[in-house]
Amino acid sequence: MATGDLALGQLEGALSTQERITNDFSINVATVNGSGSQSANSVLLKSIFGMGVPVSGKNLFPSNIAGQPTWFLIRASKHGYVARKRASEILVALNPETALADVRALPVGGVAIYEEGLNKTLNLNRVREDVFYYPVPFDKITAAICPEPKLRKLVRNMVYVGVLARILTIDLAVVESGLRRQFAKKQKVFDLNFGAVKAGFDYAQENLTKRDPYFIERMNETAGKIIIDGNAACGMGAVFAGVTVVAWYPITPSTSVIEATTDLLKKLRVTPEGKATFAVVQAEDELAAIGMVMGAGWGGARAMTSTSGPGMSLMAEFTGLGYYAEIPGVIVIVQRTGPSTGMPTRTQQADLLSAAFLSHGDTKHPILLPGSVKECFEFTQAAFDLAERMQTPVFVLTDLDLGMNNWISEPFDYPEKPLDRGKVLTADDLNRLGSFARYRNVDGDAIGWRTLPGTPHPKAAYFTRGSGHNDAALYTEDPDEYQAVMERLALKFEKAREMVPAPISVRNAGSKIGFIAYGSTDCALVESLDQIKQRYGLQGDYLRLRAWPFNHQVHEFVAAHQRVYVVEQNRDAQLASLLKLDLPADQVTKLRSILHYNGLPVDAESITEQFAVKEGL
Amino acid sequence: MATAAPAPKVNHIGLPVLEYRGGKSTLCAGCGHNAISERIVDAMFEMGVEPERVMKMSGIGCSSKTPAYFMSRSHSFNSVHGRMPAVSTGAILANHTMTMIGVSGDGDTASIGMGQFVHMMRRNLPMIYIIENNGVYGLTKGQFSATADLGSKLKTGVVNDLPPIDTCALAIQLGATFVARSFSGDKKQLLSMLKAAIAHKGTVLLDVISPCVTFNDHEGSTKSYKFMQENDEPINEIGFVASFDEIEVDYDSGEIYEVEMHDGSNLRLRKLLEDYNPTDKANAVRTLMEAQQKDEILTGVFYIDTEKPTFIDLLNVVDEPLATLPESATRPPKSALDALMAALK
Repeated sequence: MATGDLALGQLEGALSTQERITNDFSINVATVNGSGSQSANSVLLKSIFGMGVPVSGKNLFPSNIAGQPTWFLIRASKHGYVARKRASEILVALNPETALADVRALPVGGVAIYEEGLNKTLNLNRVREDVFYYPVPFDKITAAICPEPKLRKLVRNMVYVGVLARILTIDLAVVESGLRRQFAKKQKVFDLNFGAVKAGFDYAQENLTKRDPYFIERMNETAGKIIIDGNAACGMGAVFAGVTVVAWYPITPSTSVIEATTDLLKKLRVTPEGKATFAVVQAEDELAAIGMVMGAGWGGARAMTSTSGPGMSLMAEFTGLGYYAEIPGVIVIVQRTGPSTGMPTRTQQADLLSAAFLSHGDTKHPILLPGSVKECFEFTQAAFDLAERMQTPVFVLTDLDLGMNNWISEPFDYPEKPLDRGKVLTADDLNRLGSFARYRNVDGDAIGWRTLPGTPHPKAAYFTRGSGHNDAALYTEDPDEYQAVMERLALKFEKAREMVPAPISVRNAGSKIGFIAYGSTDCALVESLDQIKQRYGLQGDYLRLRAWPFNHQVHEFVAAHQRVYVVEQNRDAQLASLLKLDLPADQVTKLRSILHYNGLPVDAESITEQFAVKEGL
Repeated sequence: MATAAPAPKVNHIGLPVLEYRGGKSTLCAGCGHNAISERIVDAMFEMGVEPERVMKMSGIGCSSKTPAYFMSRSHSFNSVHGRMPAVSTGAILANHTMTMIGVSGDGDTASIGMGQFVHMMRRNLPMIYIIENNGVYGLTKGQFSATADLGSKLKTGVVNDLPPIDTCALAIQLGATFVARSFSGDKKQLLSMLKAAIAHKGTVLLDVISPCVTFNDHEGSTKSYKFMQENDEPINEIGFVASFDEIEVDYDSGEIYEVEMHDGSNLRLRKLLEDYNPTDKANAVRTLMEAQQKDEILTGVFYIDTEKPTFIDLLNVVDEPLATLPESATRPPKSALDALMAALK
């Protein structure tokens, strides 16, 4: 305790005036990837959740298998803020490579829990004097309770869970029940892990004196809620939408969408005879994945793929075919930091424009924009209905932050409406009609009727092609016939404005200033709006977009405000660009951009600061 | 008394050949591809396949236009260049009760589509994959393709100095279960081959040399009518007896390799190449490679395996088409969602 006491002693004065900071801080666990810290971090997150405190977890990890720095951020917020906090007050420094920088990044009065040995090698406890140091002999504690050297790396992580539980006053019984759920049916694993938690807790109790102001206290804000990541929610959405064909190629950060989908399909969609009501194909590349989706959608299956930016680029040609030949399919894009390979394990919202117009020629695709894990579930389902109704590829655009991180949510609701399989003619319909023209606008909704291969009727067949065709699906190079199809496609897209999820006015106080955002930017913007109100007395209105093409309410919102800040996570203001293409000319000048694109999830401070500068506050 | 017109000849499901025809071909007069389309019509008619039970697939190119010229009563998908395998995979997953026939070209398969081609062969997807192989790109006016033989000459005098890709050898190596080569000018061989292909369960790869009369039918071309007529070396003579035929043929079993097909049909391969065994993978590949070294064009059924599970078998999907499963089979009940939610609390 000598070194710890030294630091604490120096801060004695500061401490006495300091008030308790309860349920409102962030923990940064700095380790190396591949060290198995994931389950420890998960237990820690769920323990805070179990204390009834709103919590979020963000994994800032490298594009690497093992040995590179990784940070796991856990934010507890009694206000329910779940965005990344720019600075974390509490550091668990387990990576010697980054320990110095990690300690330097702590705010004044922060806490550093670290491997005691780092005092000798790095003089870690002398880096600065305005933080609280808690040295812990993790290696010694671990060796004492875990005779098996191979397991020590994993068990060591559970020791810091115990230390944090003691320092932050997290109820050990809550940690225990969280661990029990994590290792259900594996008593031995549970015993070993809980033993480590207990050892950390006991060490802290006996050797460390609590001096820092950070506490977790019981609240009742998480009862009935769930914790899930967006990719798992998308997978769940696909399964409850009755997906039957999944084709994909592994790519970070979308891989876990398909993993979740596949796990659930195996669990829920196998007949008593052991047969699958689904097919999942790991394709040779993204070209093939989307090709399979197009083939399956044409054949009448509910088909899906999921990818990220580089894969989406490869899907361009087929997506254009889907648009022009009018074939349903769902494409879940989990955005990562571009351009090119970019930073594969970091987040961004920089694929909006390429998704919107993916492929050559006059091409555009509806995009659903979930802003929460619950919407990941709901919109993935909605995408299947919309794709089959509109007979076109539909994107669900999320990002790494929403997709791979843990979020609190209300439980998901079971879908109320039956599946919408769109306009499909049966043999009976054809008997009645005599014949049909695949691409004719017979109902005024700009959507033709289609038939599925195998329909037992001599007039059921039609010829699907990406080359010029008329409304009877016959090859054409006739200028009028070609143009008529293109005009109907444009009309169909127009009509989608009111078919996609409408935007949500998150706040509407009749202010002159409006904000527009979508997706994972939402959580930071909501917090920023509170900061702006507290600091500047300004109340901004906020419209959260949930789809493209834009609903009429988007135009109304812009028209009703003097200035509209479009907040998004990319360099080129892609959402603002899309809005500018859509808005009347006199509205375009109202738009201003607040941008964040360094790969980290946007935080509220970054928005507030940029807003203040632009407003001259 | 007026004489009644003679009733048209019908097949065993009662359809006249007219019901298997397609639109008028827009390809050049004399194009090998037209002959192949005709053989497809004949084979489907003679096998009595319901046209509505067939999906016609293609990529892009002259060859890929041809599904418009046969079987208008079948659904058809003319997709994008080199991507017929992926689209076909999706389509058969949506409805694996269908018969699927795809027409690709040598450019569509062996160049832009090579990646998808090899993976489709690996999967043994139930499909008849025809390569209409003329060694040149027609629609873009006569560039060499990757199946052009070493030393063959374009009309302009340009000589091909890169070795050809043998799609049959590749397909055998990769896992296709019925691999054969024919010549669009050999009506009898091609028809028997197509009928056997229809009876086969798994990937059928038919590489059909199909001369391009406009860009590759001259002296010096190895994909011309003349060259094929002079150099076509059949390794076996194909006799096909459909399951519904009750013809008994006498044959000397020592000369015939007999294969019982999935649907009960019989494929009888009369050996022309000494001791050729079409179930020996390594020998088949070696025979093809040796022929290439000797500048010989072998035709016939090179390889057949009627036992290997198809991709559909491996995926273990339900017997009904996935596309039309009712909601009760595809959307799990509320209790399933409730259980998932409870586990996340």
